[in-house]
Amino acid sequence: MTQATAHAEVQHPIKLYLIVWGWLFVLSTFSYLVDYFHLEGYLRWVLILLLMIAKAGLIVAVFMHMAWERLALICAILLPPLLVLVFLAIMVSESDYTLLTRVAFFGAGS
Amino acid sequence: MAETAARDVAEDLARRSGWQGIAADWSSDQRAFKNVSWGKAMMWIFLLSDTFIFSCFLLSYMTARMSTTVPWPNPSEVFALHIGGEQVPLILIAIMTFVLISSSGTMAMAVNFGYRGDRAKTAALMLATAAFGATFVGMQAFEWTKLILEGVRPWANPFGAPQFGSTFFMITGFHGTHVTIGVVFLLIIARKVWRGDFDTKRRGFFTSRKGNYEIIEITGLYWHFVDLVWVFIFALFYLW
Repeated sequence: MTQATAHAEVQHPIKLYLIVWGWLFVLSTFSYLVDYFHLEGYLRWVLILLLMIAKAGLIVAVFMHMAWERLALICAILLPPLLVLVFLAIMVSESDYTLLTRVAFFGAGS
Repeated sequence: MAETAARDVAEDLARRSGWQGIAADWSSDQRAFKNVSWGKAMMWIFLLSDTFIFSCFLLSYMTARMSTTVPWPNPSEVFALHIGGEQVPLILIAIMTFVLISSSGTMAMAVNFGYRGDRAKTAALMLATAAFGATFVGMQAFEWTKLILEGVRPWANPFGAPQFGSTFFMITGFHGTHVTIGVVFLLIIARKVWRGDFDTKRRGFFTSRKGNYEIIEITGLYWHFVDLVWVFIFALFYLW
């Protein structure tokens, strides 16, 4: 009883979840089609990332109810993962450097 | 109890929103997450730490793939299946994706029915979610078997860069473990819902505390996170 009242804000119609479910199916089909039609290069990468972010956004916002939480929780949970992008930048430059030394070493070694 | 709840709702409405709300919540010398129970906050923080684990896996995969001089195996061909004499690229992975998304859909509805106090529908939807999850793990076992029979090992494979095997087994293995734990978690909570533990205020076998229907939302958070991780693995490992 207490729970039902306290969580009055979580009472969404089932229809909302069915719509999001449908969208996730559509978006997944699109990402599969990206591979099926052998799209290449930047078009492929941009489409993969856009569809990935759209799906992740729908899951976090609606299925995990993040859209209805207070900003304090949203910031505490969603901002820290952005630091991964810093790590990503570091590792991209590091792997470029590793590849360069490998190419130089294996190339010159023969 | 009812008065407490009414007061909670009134307090919720009185709280400031936006950036002022953040400042007020965090500087109140009390708990920072005002209308979130400790259980839910702890699950979110656990998921945040899990996000970093999977981020590290995917970043190490990226580093291995970017720095190798040997060509990376084409996932589209490696994960293709022969169906009706035709080579269908990535079809098993696509089906696994749809299965996991469906499990997320049933889970979201289970949470909703849980808060409405509809025990039968909640338990049924949670069991459906667990069944989808078990199907997913089964398909993953099939995929692993196929690849191992084709000679893929953590240290070598017949298709190209040897790091392909190690990153594949580590990332999908860790994700599969998460799904398996989620299925067990779902079955335990579904049993409690079915038995009516949250209505009769029966004490839990492990914590000896009385539970409530919020545990379904917390289980749901974990389950949706497993689906979320798969979205990233599907995009970055299988499609890239």
